[in-house]
Amino acid sequence: MDTLKDKCCITGIGETRYSKAAGKTATALQMEASLAAIADAGLKPTDIDGMVVYAMGTAVAEDFITNFGIEDLKYSVTAPMGGASCVAAMQAAAVAVAAGICKHVLVPIGRTGYSGVRAAGRIAAFPQFRVVGEFEMPTGTVAPVQFYAPMARRHMETYGTTSRQFAEIAVSTRKHALLNDNAMMSKSMSVEDHQASRMISDPFRLFDCSLESDGGAAFIISGAERARDMAKPPVYVMGVAEGHPQSPSTITQREDLTTLGLAKAAPRAFEMAGVSPDDIDVAEIYDCFTYTVLCQLEDMGFCKKGEGGAFVEDGALGLDGRLPTNTHGGLLSQAHMAGMNHIVELTRQLRGEGGKAQVPDAEVGLVTGYGDLGDGTIAIMHR
Amino acid sequence: MVDRILPQSNEDSQPFWDAVKARRLDIQTCADCGKLRHYPRPVCSDCYSMNVAWTTVSGRGTVHSWTVCHQAFHPAFADDVPFTMVTVDLEEGVRMTGRLDGIDEATMEIGMPVEVDFEEVGDNVTLPIFRRRGEI
Repeated sequence: MDTLKDKCCITGIGETRYSKAAGKTATALQMEASLAAIADAGLKPTDIDGMVVYAMGTAVAEDFITNFGIEDLKYSVTAPMGGASCVAAMQAAAVAVAAGICKHVLVPIGRTGYSGVRAAGRIAAFPQFRVVGEFEMPTGTVAPVQFYAPMARRHMETYGTTSRQFAEIAVSTRKHALLNDNAMMSKSMSVEDHQASRMISDPFRLFDCSLESDGGAAFIISGAERARDMAKPPVYVMGVAEGHPQSPSTITQREDLTTLGLAKAAPRAFEMAGVSPDDIDVAEIYDCFTYTVLCQLEDMGFCKKGEGGAFVEDGALGLDGRLPTNTHGGLLSQAHMAGMNHIVELTRQLRGEGGKAQVPDAEVGLVTGYGDLGDGTIAIMHR
Repeated sequence: MVDRILPQSNEDSQPFWDAVKARRLDIQTCADCGKLRHYPRPVCSDCYSMNVAWTTVSGRGTVHSWTVCHQAFHPAFADDVPFTMVTVDLEEGVRMTGRLDGIDEATMEIGMPVEVDFEEVGDNVTLPIFRRRGEI
């Protein structure tokens, strides 16, 4: 199953400053990030001949054709999987490049998540949330934190997982943000700070929750042979997959609340890549909530189901831990770019551009996405 | 007064809401193989039949999981926090969520027996809620 292995590379990455008030439209923010990615790749805007546009965003491919003067865009799709979309978009882009449809596919995102409409208001409009919109939102659960909290509670009651273990994830992610000059959070956090933060939707406290952010980020996928002659060292797509959980439209009806779509995607991605979790030097794991990281570690096979709490203890996810994770500060402490910032960071790590958070000799890494009500995506990459 | 979020029903789900309004819990059922399914949808995933019946269920169940909501993310719920939302395994095999009223958070546990009740939340709209069994 080496269908896409090493056939495509990330050849360009870009991001804007992340903030609470960009003073620009979400469309302008993704144009800015895209131009940065195109320059990073050593390309011209008119070299882009394919796009995977963020389905829940403001801009459509037509906006890029108009703004960049693209004469012949050959491929335009979306991958509507919420926070799993950006990695799903990498798969869609790699398919188009490997099939010879496109040379350079641009995958952008831009959002005014802080200054514009907030998460609880946005998701009500998504078709993926229609069913919970009818049956669950009228009773008062309208925000992601409220939909996901029962999964975390079930995990805690079944396996003895604790809020202090969630805190380990928040604290280690914050430490990494402090090394990043483009992170929204700049104050240190202790386990005690986490435990003292106010309860939002039990068991999730404020510091279990990700940020809402203004900004943009983008990457470019190109064919491997072409990538070797481009401006930056290529970062190869070794394995990529998406997975949808049982009962993808409602968590309530899912037989096992503690298993995500990633449990289906991860074995396929590892098989395509020909590596195992032991080979991963650095991981950028979708962290809309602390618990989401813990559950994904289990679903990817870094530990058994139920052992995620113990796995993350004692700084395991720190730069000198057993699995350096979310080295940029993640959605929890850098910015919420729906995981596009995780793809940008993994590329930096594998190029050796990780700055103060560089994992020494990082050769193989992974990035995940988690979206909507449990969709999962994963890409395993190497330098 | 902020408007509540009200259920937007469709052809598949209207019988469920009609039953709730009559203070009855009816679960969509495959008219051919008899499998219960929730939430309402057009096709039976076991036998692919699109013939639909409705089964009035007991409303009894046990708590599968829960969350206590301390922040209202919609102004309609601002006066309600904190409130407890439960995920309930109904005896007949499907799950539901709903408010669990009148409960001390510290006594919440998986497996707690609960029973459905009904709450009128606006003109012509009723929602199912849950109470600890024996308290109705």
